[in-house]
Amino acid sequence: MRIKNLEDLVKIKEEYNSKMAEYNYQILVCGGGGCVSSKCGEVKEALDRCLKGYGLSEKISVITTGCMGICALGPVVLIKPDETFYTKVTPEKIAEIVKSHIINGTILEKYTYYDKARQLYIPNINDIPFFKDQVKIALRNCGQIDYSSIEAYIAKDGYFAAAKALSKMSRQQVVEEIKKSGLRGRGGAGFPTGIKWEAGLKAISDQKYFVCNADEGDPGAFMDRSILEGDPHSVIEGMILGGYAVGANIGYIYVRAEYPIAVERLSTAIEEARRYGLLGKNLFSTDFEFELEIRIGAGAFVCGEETSLMASIEGRRGEPRQKPPFPFERGLFGKPTIINNVETLANIPPIIHKGAHWFSQFGTERSKGTKVFALAGNVVNTGLVEVPMGISLGDILFKIGDGIPQGKAFKAAQAGGPSGGCITKEFLNTPVDYENISKIGAIMGSGGLIVMNEDTCMVDTA
Amino acid sequence: MVNLTINGKKVSALEGTTILDAAKQNGINIPNLCYLEGIHKIGACRLCVGEVEGAKNLQPACMVAVREGMVVKTNTNKVRQARKILYELILSDHPQDCLNCQRNQNCELQAMGHRLGVKEARFSGEHSAGGLDISPSITRDMSKCILCRRCLTVCNEIQQVGVLSAQRRGFKTVIGPAMSLPLNTVSCTYCGQCTLVCPVGALNETDAIQDVWQALNDPNKRTIVQTAPAIRAAIGEEFGLEPGTLVTGKLVTALRELGFDEVFDTNFAADLTIIEEGTELLTRLTKALTGEGATLPMITSCSPGWIKYVEHFYPQELDHLSTCKSPHTMLGALAKSYYAQKISFDPRNMYVVSVMPCTAKKFEISRPEMQNDNLPNVDAVLTTRELARMIKEAGIDFCNLEDGKFDNPLGLSSGAADIFGVTGGVMEAALRTVYETVTGRELPFANLHITPIKGLEQIKTAEILIENPLEDYKFLDGITIKIAVTNGLAGAKILLDQVAKGESPYHFIEVMACPGGCIGGGGQPRPTSYEIRQKRMNAIYKEDEGKILRKSHENEYIKQLYAEYLKEPNGHKSHELLHTHYTPRGKYNELMR
Amino acid sequence: MPEMKNCTCSCAKENDEQKYKKLAELMKQYKNSEGSLIQVLHIAQAIFGCLPLELQRYIAQGMGKPLSEVSGVVTFYSFFATRPRGKHVIRVCLGTACYVRGGKKIITRLEEILGVGVGETTKDGLFTFEVARCIGACGLAPVIMIDDMVYKQVKPEKLENILAQYN
Repeated sequence: MRIKNLEDLVKIKEEYNSKMAEYNYQILVCGGGGCVSSKCGEVKEALDRCLKGYGLSEKISVITTGCMGICALGPVVLIKPDETFYTKVTPEKIAEIVKSHIINGTILEKYTYYDKARQLYIPNINDIPFFKDQVKIALRNCGQIDYSSIEAYIAKDGYFAAAKALSKMSRQQVVEEIKKSGLRGRGGAGFPTGIKWEAGLKAISDQKYFVCNADEGDPGAFMDRSILEGDPHSVIEGMILGGYAVGANIGYIYVRAEYPIAVERLSTAIEEARRYGLLGKNLFSTDFEFELEIRIGAGAFVCGEETSLMASIEGRRGEPRQKPPFPFERGLFGKPTIINNVETLANIPPIIHKGAHWFSQFGTERSKGTKVFALAGNVVNTGLVEVPMGISLGDILFKIGDGIPQGKAFKAAQAGGPSGGCITKEFLNTPVDYENISKIGAIMGSGGLIVMNEDTCMVDTA
Repeated sequence: MVNLTINGKKVSALEGTTILDAAKQNGINIPNLCYLEGIHKIGACRLCVGEVEGAKNLQPACMVAVREGMVVKTNTNKVRQARKILYELILSDHPQDCLNCQRNQNCELQAMGHRLGVKEARFSGEHSAGGLDISPSITRDMSKCILCRRCLTVCNEIQQVGVLSAQRRGFKTVIGPAMSLPLNTVSCTYCGQCTLVCPVGALNETDAIQDVWQALNDPNKRTIVQTAPAIRAAIGEEFGLEPGTLVTGKLVTALRELGFDEVFDTNFAADLTIIEEGTELLTRLTKALTGEGATLPMITSCSPGWIKYVEHFYPQELDHLSTCKSPHTMLGALAKSYYAQKISFDPRNMYVVSVMPCTAKKFEISRPEMQNDNLPNVDAVLTTRELARMIKEAGIDFCNLEDGKFDNPLGLSSGAADIFGVTGGVMEAALRTVYETVTGRELPFANLHITPIKGLEQIKTAEILIENPLEDYKFLDGITIKIAVTNGLAGAKILLDQVAKGESPYHFIEVMACPGGCIGGGGQPRPTSYEIRQKRMNAIYKEDEGKILRKSHENEYIKQLYAEYLKEPNGHKSHELLHTHYTPRGKYNELMR
Repeated sequence: MPEMKNCTCSCAKENDEQKYKKLAELMKQYKNSEGSLIQVLHIAQAIFGCLPLELQRYIAQGMGKPLSEVSGVVTFYSFFATRPRGKHVIRVCLGTACYVRGGKKIITRLEEILGVGVGETTKDGLFTFEVARCIGACGLAPVIMIDDMVYKQVKPEKLENILAQYN
């Protein structure tokens, strides 16, 4: 079907939700990159087999989702509506879990989350400290919905923002809303997104481009990968909104070649969106048209830098060039081009849908909203977390990350990738936002936090 | 106009002007190594950095356009320190063997160090892998490359040959042909424009000096030298003379002092080319108009870079090329036949050296087609730059030499031959003769110059109406001859695409591979800029206008040559000695697959 | 094309002629899409396994580009190989997270097991051994990738068992 207006979206949402309500249980199997390498595929197959054996295939819906965030404990499975969270699941364990939880109605505690510090099992996901203190905007659907279903995305108010903007807002109004929200680029430098868009809108040209930088380059950061794999439609919707705001009708998503799963899921999502009339001509019965193409990188770290990225999209060597001219003046194929990264774009639909005011209640004076961090290295809960700007680094590492494994001492955390800096113990109380983190000699970067314990040699790492 | 302040001085410049150009217009020279005005700016060397008020970092003056109210400082301590460090960093990956480098004392990098007051090289470390690549025309020493990429721009944009590109990445980046293949295995035309812009010793002509010295020192060899028309308008620059200074007489004397036995003039063969090529054109026109059929347009063949270009990129269009050899190989062939016979000397002991503004001619003489009786027509080609080095090495005080005269019978030439050295010249010279042959009247242009085809524009065209021709050429009455002239291979590509599509409206096309023609040849003195080309061009026209003989067919020695030896234009002997054929080659490799 | 004969990619069943035909068809689709050289190279590498000079010439011709430009692009990106690779490609992630968790020890052990260094292919043509930049599985560091399969929290002593699954 072709979606023509908001009513069409509402209809799909209601149909999907009532279909889901018919199931006794929804079992969400994490299909994030981490869990895929932990063989979640086998877990899902075992689950399907098991449910079939009990004749429950019709009564229980099994959904593969994007990354739930806690990669170290993968494969993970969430059973709704009970909100029970099982970790390190194997095909053998899943048979036990189904028997106990689904058939007998007893939570199988020994396979749920174990809090080492307090020495107790925490079966409900909402009680686990790792999840409790997070605020999810960019990751709102990651690990929550079937990444491969456009209906599932629409059921979470997906494309509502696009419908609203295209039919009720002028380009200028969309730009103003983003400016008001205080959203800053999540790719590293933290440039205000609204100001960038305004420059794009004001640029005069017969052709403009909107580019999504999905060449996540900072070692240690993988939030963009998770969003692309777990909620590809949020990026597509963000691109439609951006394209509309600046007046670009062609978009490119530049994805690094190291992310084959992301490319696959994104391609499927783009085809779906096209089939539903959300890409192409006359979006939401307006004159606006928007086409989207994926360009795959080929293994060059430098291509995350925007001038190199553009050269690479043009099929050339990804060598950086001098700025000025800036991309909004002369970018891709010499035309005005606006480039945003994945996480930034995933924030756009909720801002337009719920309003700038709603968004700006999160965060600090000059850094609004939330930031996704990738916890890696010597920390217990490695994975992805989304927290309001302004939270302290200590809270991220010790409350959410659950500290350093094996009782070792914290030495430093590298923030912002190799070009960032290392944050040491005395700065653990620093509120994390763009201003404060650069004051202590690091940068926000794209949000990679690599924790090093007392045994790590800093010189070797560098 | 935009108003700004540079070093405290209020200046104004046109919108879009870079800081570098705005400064230059106001007497401030900002140092740079990679920039080439109007051709190449990528901000690679960063030596042109300056402070711009409000900007966080130093800004490269070659990239940043002027803005209203901008305040630029190019001479602060911070800037000077930054430049020194940048320079030392470049130096850290450059072999410091200046004393035995070909570019010693003529190297932009070396001069820059002096200019920036660099007194030490503090950084040392790994050097990028070098590697010497010697082709018949061009020698690449990549250990000296500073990655300014001027050659890349010239090869891909000005010439559109596309043989050089950046290969690999990061510290391993090297400029070169695909997969770092040697130049002689790819479709390089050997035009040598890359050697003209290289700021360091990475790109040079392949040396012939040693071979020539050896021949000069060999008592059994009779050494014959000839010089191309464009040398006399350029070589003075190598000795500090103003660009555009004509030094024909000094050049002859210098060559004699170097020890050459005969000093001939390629211009003589240029006059001969006009007779041969003019006859060929008239034959083709006759055949075309009388229904016999002939390949038109006919295209000139004096520029060997151009020839190799067609062989690689348009091998199916080779029939359009005139079959005439280039003038210097004609002269070589005649020296070893006609002249050898005349002086009763064994041509096997003759050694013919051509002084050429050209690197492609070094390859040309190695072609099997450029031989007669198993002897190469020409034994060695020296570029303008190489000859200057020999003159310096011999301790000859070039600027104070007396004027000498070329030897005959292969030394006399008309003004038509002089202009072979500049774009449009071959065409004009041919038409001075052809028009007069057909109509019996002089070419109807002021001072015999076909003004529409004069100058440095890329493509120039003209039409000439034939009225009241002589009896033999009645079939040409009322015909408008359409001609086109181009210089630089990018222009040649445009004209050739028309030819390939069968849409070319022209009868006769002149192509010279290098921008400006031979005056801007790949073997000419460095630097060769637009202004310098213009000055050399003016000198060439001055030489032409100063001659009593202005048309090739008036050259008495040419008449004598036909009477005594060749008998008739395009005759049997001519075909044997003065004409050639062409070899189809691959688009991406030296030989056709 | 002697260079191609040793190619041990999964498409070795098809003969060269079929492969070139397939590539030519695909190139036709891409030729008019601006800036698609890299995508075409990805496709060609998928068909042929690697991108030797002869194949680059074919692509240059098909895309109407100078060979030096095609080769410049091929040699710039680490995903493109000009020589045949082993049947399986092992990529050891040396992103910072993996480095911190012992990626270097994995390299050392693999060099011992395989008997070749980074960037090389084993004599039997089974494995090509490469180092990858971050593959975005930092939560599972250290990781290695064999073809498309990611192995998490790899320890040097586990490597032999992992490799034994491949033949």
